[in-house]
Amino acid sequence: MSDHAATIEAIAKPEKAARKPTPRHRRGYLFRLVVSIVALVFALFPIIWIVSAAFNPSSNMANQSLVPPNASLANFEELLNNPLHPFWLWMWNSVKIATITSVLSVFITALTAYAFSRFRFRGRQPLLVTILLIQVFPNLLTMVALFLFLRQIGEYFPSFGLNSHGGLILVYLGAQMGINIWLMKGYFDSIPRDIDESAAVDGATHWQTFWKLIFPLVRPVLAVVGVLVFVGTFNEFILANVLLRSTEQFTLMVGLYLFVTENFQQQWGVFAAGAIIGAVPTVVIYLLLQDYIVSGLTVGAVKG
Amino acid sequence: MALRLTALAIVDSFAVLLLSLLIRDRLWLLAAILLLTTLMVNAINLSDRLYPLRWMSPAIAVIMLLVLYPILFTVYSAFTNYSDGHLLTKAQSINRIEQDTYLPKGGVTYSWAAYRADDGEIILWLIGGEGQGYLARPNEPLQSATPGASGVGGADENGFPVSIEGYTRLALVDILPILDSTLAPLEFGEPPLTIKISTIREAAQRQQRYVYDSEQDAIADQSTGITYFADEDQGYFTSETGDSLNPGYQVVVGFRNFQRLLNSPALRGPFLLVFGWTIAFAFLSVVSTFALGLFLALIYNNAFFPGKKFVRALLILPYAIPGIIGILIWRGMLNQHFGVIAASMLDWFGWSPGWFTDPTWAKVGILLVNLWLGFPYMMLVCGGALQAIPNDIYEAAEVDGAGVFQRFWNITMPLLLVSVGPLLIASFTFNFNNFSVIYAYNEGLPPIPNTATPAGYTDILISYTFRLAFQAGRGADYGYANAITIAIFVIVASITLFQYRFMGMWEEVSKNV
Repeated sequence: MSDHAATIEAIAKPEKAARKPTPRHRRGYLFRLVVSIVALVFALFPIIWIVSAAFNPSSNMANQSLVPPNASLANFEELLNNPLHPFWLWMWNSVKIATITSVLSVFITALTAYAFSRFRFRGRQPLLVTILLIQVFPNLLTMVALFLFLRQIGEYFPSFGLNSHGGLILVYLGAQMGINIWLMKGYFDSIPRDIDESAAVDGATHWQTFWKLIFPLVRPVLAVVGVLVFVGTFNEFILANVLLRSTEQFTLMVGLYLFVTENFQQQWGVFAAGAIIGAVPTVVIYLLLQDYIVSGLTVGAVKG
Repeated sequence: MALRLTALAIVDSFAVLLLSLLIRDRLWLLAAILLLTTLMVNAINLSDRLYPLRWMSPAIAVIMLLVLYPILFTVYSAFTNYSDGHLLTKAQSINRIEQDTYLPKGGVTYSWAAYRADDGEIILWLIGGEGQGYLARPNEPLQSATPGASGVGGADENGFPVSIEGYTRLALVDILPILDSTLAPLEFGEPPLTIKISTIREAAQRQQRYVYDSEQDAIADQSTGITYFADEDQGYFTSETGDSLNPGYQVVVGFRNFQRLLNSPALRGPFLLVFGWTIAFAFLSVVSTFALGLFLALIYNNAFFPGKKFVRALLILPYAIPGIIGILIWRGMLNQHFGVIAASMLDWFGWSPGWFTDPTWAKVGILLVNLWLGFPYMMLVCGGALQAIPNDIYEAAEVDGAGVFQRFWNITMPLLLVSVGPLLIASFTFNFNNFSVIYAYNEGLPPIPNTATPAGYTDILISYTFRLAFQAGRGADYGYANAITIAIFVIVASITLFQYRFMGMWEEVSKNV
C-alpha cells in the first residue's frame, strides 16, 4: 500500500461534497431504512408491549392486544395498593440502598484515590496493583462465602446479617471498589499538583487541601462514579436475591421477580406497571448521561 | 486529631467485641482477618510514618473484610467437607451432641399438672416421689414450691395447686388432644438435666446422653454404652459398627472435592454438560451481539441518514433498561400459550416451541434475550471505534479496486479488533458468569434427568454452583460448590491475564501506577 500512497494521495480527492443523492445512494438509503425498521422493531417491541400491558385494564396475559381497549390505570392502582406486594416499600428500599452505597462508595474511594495520586510512599505500586488484581475475582463468585459470612455476622449483629440492608450495602461497597479507585485516581492525576503545593506553602493541611481545593475540582468524576454505583446497585438482582429473605426487605428487582414466580399470567399487567416504574430512574439517568456513559464504556465497564 | 482518635476507639471497641465473639465460636479464619485488619487500621492511624495509608483506612477495611476474606474463605472451604451435616466446627458439633438427653432406666420421675399463660407459655407443677412440689419452666432450674404460697392457689386432692397467678390450669380434656403434639416435645428445667412429659401421669428427668472424652477424642453414649470415635477423615463421630452421630463437623479433605469433580462419573456428567454450555453460551453471546452491533454501527457510520441520532438513541433503550426487567419482559412474551410470541406463532404456524421446557429452545431463547440486552453496547462501542478509523484508507482501497467486502475484511475488521478486541474478551468473561440472565430467564431449567446432583440444561457454571450451594435436594454442599468456584476462577483469571498480556494492558497499567 505504501508504494501507492503518493499516487493515491494525488488522485483521491476528499469526497466530502458528494452528498447528492445518486442511484447508489438511494439504494443505500432504502437498505438503511429497512434495516432500521427491523432493528427498531426488535429493540422496541418488548418495550412497547410492556407499556401496552401496563395500561390494559385486564391484567391477564391472554387478554392483551397491542393497543389496549379502554386503557386505564387499573394495573398501577392494583400495584400500588395491594398489600400483598409492598411496591413503594421495595422502591424505597432500592433507592435507600443504592443512595447509601453510592455516597459511601464515592467518599471512601475519593479518599483512597487522593492518597494514591498525591503521596509517594513505599509499597504504593504493589498496593495499587493488588487492588486491581483482587478485583479479578468477581464478587458474584464469592456469593456462597458472602452468604455464610453474613449469616455468621447476623448471629452477633442482626442489622448487618442476612436479610438486612446493612449487610447488603457492605457487600455492594466491596464489589466495585477496586475499579473505582483506579478510575478516580486517573482523574485526580490530571489535577495539577501546583494547587497542592501552593496550598501547602500557605500552611494548609492535607485535609484542608483535599476538602477545600481538590474535592470541588474532581466533582465531575465523583458524579460519574456515584451515578454508576447508584445504577449498578439499583439494578443488581442476584446478590440481593441470595441475601434478602423476607418480602418487606426486598429491593425492587427482587420484588419484581416475585411476580414472575407466582401466577405470572394473571399478574402480567401489574408486573408491567411495576417494570415501567422500576425502569424509569435508570432510563432517565442513561438518557441524560449518554455521552458520559458511552465514553465510560470503552474503559471496560460491562453492563450487568 | 481528637476526632480521629475517638473514631478509632469506637472502631476498636466494636472490633474487640466482634473478635471475642468469633473466638468464642472458634471461627479462626474470620477472627484472624479481623485481627489483622484492626491492627493495620490502628497502625496506620497512630504512626506518622504511615500517614498516606491513613487516607485508605476505610477502603482497606472494606477490601480486607468483604473482598479478601470471602475469597480466602472460598478457597479454604473448597478443601473442606463444609456442607449440610458438616456446618459446625468440631467444638460446636460436640457441644450440640452433648445437649442430647435420654431417659435413664430407674431415673427420677414426677407426677405433673400443666398450666398455661395467656401468651401460650406452658409451665408444669411437679410432685416428686417424696411429695415435694416443684415449679418447672423451660430453660430455668427447677424451683421448689408449695401450694398456698404467694401467687399459688391451694392444693387439690392430688396435691396440685388449683391456680397459679397469670396461668390457668389445663384440665384433662384440654391436655389429651395436645399431649403428643405440643406437650411431649417441651423440655422443662435447665439443660442438660431436663424434665419431659412421658405419659399422661408421669414426667421424667432426662440425662445428658453423650459425653465427650477429650483424651480419647471420643464420645460415649450413656444409654447404650457405645463409644463413637472421631473420624477426622469424614468429619463424624463414628462407632465401630459404622454408625455416626449427627451433626458431623468440618474437616479438611484436601483435594477430594476436586477429585470428585474429575473422577466421579456421576458428578462429571452434569459438570461437563454445564461446562460445555457455559463456553457455548458466552461465545455465542459475544459473537451474536458483536455481529448485530457492528452491522448497525456500520450502517450508520458516515452515512447520510436523516434522524440517524434519534434512531440510535432508540436502539440504545434495551441497554438503558435494568437488565433484570428486560429479561422478565421477555419471559412474559415467550410464556407458553399466553405470551405474545408463543400465541402469535400458534396462530400463524399452529406450532410454538417450548421456550422454557425444551432444552434446545430454552437455549435459543436465552441467546435471543441476551442478544437483545447486549447488542446496543456493541453498537455503541463499534460506533466509536469506526469513527477512529481514518477515511482515507477506505478511499485508497476503493481506488485500488477493493469491493465492499474486501474493504470490510481487510481494513475495517483488523483495525476494529485492535480497539474492540479487549472489550470482546471482557464481554466473554462477563457472559461466562452472566448469572442473572440464566436465573431470571428460567432458573437454569429444564432439569437434566437422572443426575447425581441437580442440574439444568441451561445452567452455566456459576448457576450450577449456586444450585449446589443453595438448592441441592440432598442438602447444600458448600465445599463442592466452592471447588467449582475455584475452577471458574482459574478459567476466568487465565482469560483475563491473557487479555492483559496480549492487549498490552499491563503496560498501560504500569504506566498509570
